[in-house]
Amino acid sequence: MSGYAHPEVLVTTDWVDHHSRDGGVRVVEVDVDTGSYDEGHVPGAIGWAWDSQLCDTVVRDILPKDRFEKLMGDSGISRDTVVVLYGDNNNWFAAWAFWQLKIYGHPDVRLMNGGRVKWLAEGRELSLESPEVAPTDYSASGPDLSIRAFLDQVREASGSGATDLVDVRSPAEFSGEILAPPGLPETCQRGGHVPGARSIPWGKTCAQDGTFKSAGALRELYGAEGIVGDRPIVAYCRIGERSSHSWFVLKYLLGYEGVSNYDGSWTEWGNLVGAPVERGA
Amino acid sequence: MKAESFSVSELELAGWPVRVTSYRIGETWHAKADNVSPGANIARARAEGREQAEVKVIERASERLGATRRRPRADLGS
Repeated sequence: MSGYAHPEVLVTTDWVDHHSRDGGVRVVEVDVDTGSYDEGHVPGAIGWAWDSQLCDTVVRDILPKDRFEKLMGDSGISRDTVVVLYGDNNNWFAAWAFWQLKIYGHPDVRLMNGGRVKWLAEGRELSLESPEVAPTDYSASGPDLSIRAFLDQVREASGSGATDLVDVRSPAEFSGEILAPPGLPETCQRGGHVPGARSIPWGKTCAQDGTFKSAGALRELYGAEGIVGDRPIVAYCRIGERSSHSWFVLKYLLGYEGVSNYDGSWTEWGNLVGAPVERGA
Repeated sequence: MKAESFSVSELELAGWPVRVTSYRIGETWHAKADNVSPGANIARARAEGREQAEVKVIERASERLGATRRRPRADLGS
């Protein structure tokens, strides 16, 4: 697909249409708006709720390994299952799920290019039924924390300049004009960005129909801000889901090494006592 | 069952660009509003007709967007 470094991690809506009920394939819808699945979903797909099933609901963290294994097992997923993820908002939380599946070492995970909106716009079949699944006894590996950045790494990156920081939020969030996406609750005390970060909004990686832009266009987009894959890259947003989308682009579509997602993101940094903040474009 | 009469339009609400998507699944019309940048869903509605669903979603989105606080640009430095 379009010169991507790892085209095997993307499938088309057409592919899903033909394989969503295959044995060995599990399609999972993961939405920002957790009610979307119940409106109608890809036939054969199950649904995961990002806010209850893909995070620790007590501590602010990703799923602990044992709960991840339970989720996968309850979803009828084995280590050799091809997991295809899709969702609303151009796959924001589908990418978040993809990132967690890779942290815990699931071998074959793919995104449906274009996500839920493309499926709807193409008038493809929808189902209201949740498929019955046969539970498995799933064993995860990892966690592979090389793809996850923590506060100390970001602090060091901001100070040293040896790592590229990519802020994927909207320009108004980056500048500090607003503290959260318009219409959503504010979750931080201060507006602005991590000093040294480059502003490359996630939405610029997508075409009008929700699919990813070509490798050439993506390389040009990041290259214009000096992000060329010659040193480690940390992507961040507000809570880590938009940045998992950009992490996916940088790591799998462009094939850059050393890309990690700072899921603490601005909700952590923008609430931190004493953390330096830059404002303006 | 499919999404039918899928439609996307853009408008400005409370000073923010908004994308309204509407479609029919079965007998129900669905409408959603998202902020164009960054693209987050801010409201959704269902109704028996497209117009009613869109009116509802625009009302809800306007209310939420109107509560968004903007820092004056002069305070932002560059």
